[in-house]
Amino acid sequence: MKLKKQAISLDSLDWNILQALQENAKQTYTEIGRRLGVAHSTVYDRIRKMEEKGVIQKYTTVVDLEKVGVKYITAVMTVFTDPKESENVAKKLSESKEVLEVSTSLSEELLIIAKVVAKDQDKLHSFIAQKVAPLPGVLRIRTSIITRKYKEEKFLIERK
Amino acid sequence: MTASSVARILRKLSRENAFYFFTSIGNYTGENASSLEEFVKKIGEVNAKSLEFHFYRGDFEKWAAEVLEDGELAEEIENLKNLKPVGDALRGQLYLVVSKRFENLKSEFRG
Repeated sequence: MKLKKQAISLDSLDWNILQALQENAKQTYTEIGRRLGVAHSTVYDRIRKMEEKGVIQKYTTVVDLEKVGVKYITAVMTVFTDPKESENVAKKLSESKEVLEVSTSLSEELLIIAKVVAKDQDKLHSFIAQKVAPLPGVLRIRTSIITRKYKEEKFLIERK
Repeated sequence: MTASSVARILRKLSRENAFYFFTSIGNYTGENASSLEEFVKKIGEVNAKSLEFHFYRGDFEKWAAEVLEDGELAEEIENLKNLKPVGDALRGQLYLVVSKRFENLKSEFRG
């Protein structure tokens, strides 16, 4: 039986620091401290603790690939699976560099929803035909190629 | 044709080498064929849209040549393109060519 993960308790200063970092992770400890009315050393300590506990998983860079001339397509792939194999399929998909996100959903059937990127439609099709369809337990696949994106954000913490 | 090359064309394929039927880019029907014999059967069963999708992309002859290693079948499938068949006409033509090839290979194997 899987044990439910114990939530880590944060106070309002931790939450505020997280919000500040989500808005701009390049801010200095002094800038965050000034904004929140605390010393930069306090900000440093809190961030270090949250990193150690895995609350802060990583700092990353969002690159606008179009601006640097990288052409690619994104697709949302829905994989219908045999319930007995769905976890293995999800794990296998997670290992592929073409797959950015993998989630499971239970509607009428057990589905795996994955966000996939490829250089073009041919490469996308080859990946799905050669790497996804042959996985044991895959019953059917529906794929929608994204033609226009209106918004993409991570869930932002609200200031406490 | 040697007995071993006939046996190779008629062999049972691994999952990775099976033919997977799609109706469009990334849309897998759930149907696949892991031998020439199964491929004949599936031609008669799958959605005609799937046959058209693969036929006009050249997927069938590519699979026949590269996976089954049957250049003759690949050429015969490619030759059908001159007729520009669609729908059930495509199914009929494909079935005729592929099933005939399968039967010939099978009798060669037995003989």
